[in-house]
Amino acid sequence: MKPHRLGALFMRHLYLYRRSVPRLVEMFYWPLLDLLVWGFITVYLSQFRQTLPGFVTFFIGALILWDILFRSHQGISVSFLEDIWSKNLLNLFASPLSAMEYISALMLVGLFKLVITATVMTLLAWVFYSFNIFLLGFSLIPFALNLIIMGWTIGIITTAIILRFGQEAEVLAWALGFLFMPISAVFYPVSVLPSFLQTLAKAIPASYVFEGMRGILNSGTFSSAQLLRAFGLNALYISLAFLFFRWNFKVVKKKGLLVRIGE
Amino acid sequence: MPEAVVEIKGLTKDFKTLRAVDDVSFCIYPGEILGLLGPNGAGKTTIIHMILGLTTPTSGEIRMFGCDLKKTRQACVQNANFSSTYVSMPNSLTVKECLKVFARLYKVKNRNKRITEVLNIFEIEDIQNHMVRTLSSGQQTRLNLAKSLINSPKILLLDEPTASLDPDIADKTRTMLRSITRERNISILYTSHNMKEMEEISDRLIFLHHGKIIAQGKPKEVIKNYRGKNLEEVFLKVAREGHP
Ligand SMILES: Nc1ncnc2c1ncn2[C@@H]1O[C@H](COP(=O)(O)OP(=O)(O)OP(=O)(O)O)[C@@H](O)[C@H]1O
Ligand SMILES: [Mg+2]
Repeated sequence: MKPHRLGALFMRHLYLYRRSVPRLVEMFYWPLLDLLVWGFITVYLSQFRQTLPGFVTFFIGALILWDILFRSHQGISVSFLEDIWSKNLLNLFASPLSAMEYISALMLVGLFKLVITATVMTLLAWVFYSFNIFLLGFSLIPFALNLIIMGWTIGIITTAIILRFGQEAEVLAWALGFLFMPISAVFYPVSVLPSFLQTLAKAIPASYVFEGMRGILNSGTFSSAQLLRAFGLNALYISLAFLFFRWNFKVVKKKGLLVRIGE
Repeated sequence: MPEAVVEIKGLTKDFKTLRAVDDVSFCIYPGEILGLLGPNGAGKTTIIHMILGLTTPTSGEIRMFGCDLKKTRQACVQNANFSSTYVSMPNSLTVKECLKVFARLYKVKNRNKRITEVLNIFEIEDIQNHMVRTLSSGQQTRLNLAKSLINSPKILLLDEPTASLDPDIADKTRTMLRSITRERNISILYTSHNMKEMEEISDRLIFLHHGKIIAQGKPKEVIKNYRGKNLEEVFLKVAREGHP
């Protein structure tokens, strides 16, 4: 893993965003729309505060946290697509760049974009709806970290699949993350799920984060054992994702698909 | 014979049932331009991709700078580079930004100086701040070539590099490639469908057909051995009859 090669790729994506208005807009368009819609839903629901539990007001928080996961995933897969679209991938892989360096650089690019988007969303949530995500206190850091790692995992798997199956699999770059939304208990507790989905949810790191978040807003506490479990699951999944990507990269080179991608 | 820069032994590549490259062996020596020619689908591009480690051979051995490519790919390709008309630079970057990215990727020393040098070599200084997507295909080709020299490689793999150049720039490019091989002892593996060009630029030729080497030697020898007036005639015979 050589920093200069990670730096080169990081720079390539930075140049891309620095000048491209559509790409910059895309970074903020969906988060802003989401924020508006869910913000007003929250405002509306808070009129029934007497009859509804207090934490419905936390839709905005859930939204910001979900966006962390989604952006972290998408940061990897969309950057990868950018390299395919510009037919530049072979120039990159003809250099000493390794598959692991490539994917790591995309993780960094994703993280960078995510920090910017999340900062803007947090600020706007505060200005428009007086919603302060820092109510979550220091737990916000492990929460966000878990979501970032889970997003990376989904991004790495998506990238591997697109490498293997070509651009027909492109739609996954946006869609795969949402597959986990229903069982991540983003906007509702795990307990509302039917029992088999509850079992599945226990295997999803994000569900612990959203449960933890509701715990804090409800009672001011959350189970750190549960959070540790989320970290454990995440560590396992991201390691598996890396292995999958490496194995897949080898297969793709054997089948001669790496040089065909984007055709 | 000096030690080969690239040494290939029994190289074979199967794609499912198709044998794209069939037991190919050859060497590339320091400072020589080796022309790889053959009809569409003969296996030229596949060989280049295998030398870069982008495609894994089914069997056979590739040694670069005396080392096994399979084991030391990263070190090997640090001193190699590649350009193909069919592989582009990032669209939304400027010419200079592209070169900056690749200079960093190859950890080039004195990056800015080297970038200016390669811009000059291919006469694209005046468009260095233009976006890649606004370049003509010839200008893009020159950018690709500039990128391929950025790390001062010892071996250059060029897949139809002149396919979209106008005759003037194509000629200049050939002259330039000739002079860098002489001055800096760079070796080049070169493919093109322009027989006149191949005749002119190659020190040695390898003729591929259905993945097999069917003829090789100095351009003049090949033409003489196969009783042609020129390379084009030999090519037509080979392509149509399957043998020289
Ligand atoms: N990834 C792949 N999967 C299956 N077949 C492939 C793949 N890559 C190349 N081939 C086949 O291998 C053969 C050699 O292809 P290659 O691109 O090396 O030919 P070429 O000599 O470069 O031809 P051209 O002059 O058209 O560029 C062709 O028949 C091609 O269809
Ligand atoms: Mg070819």
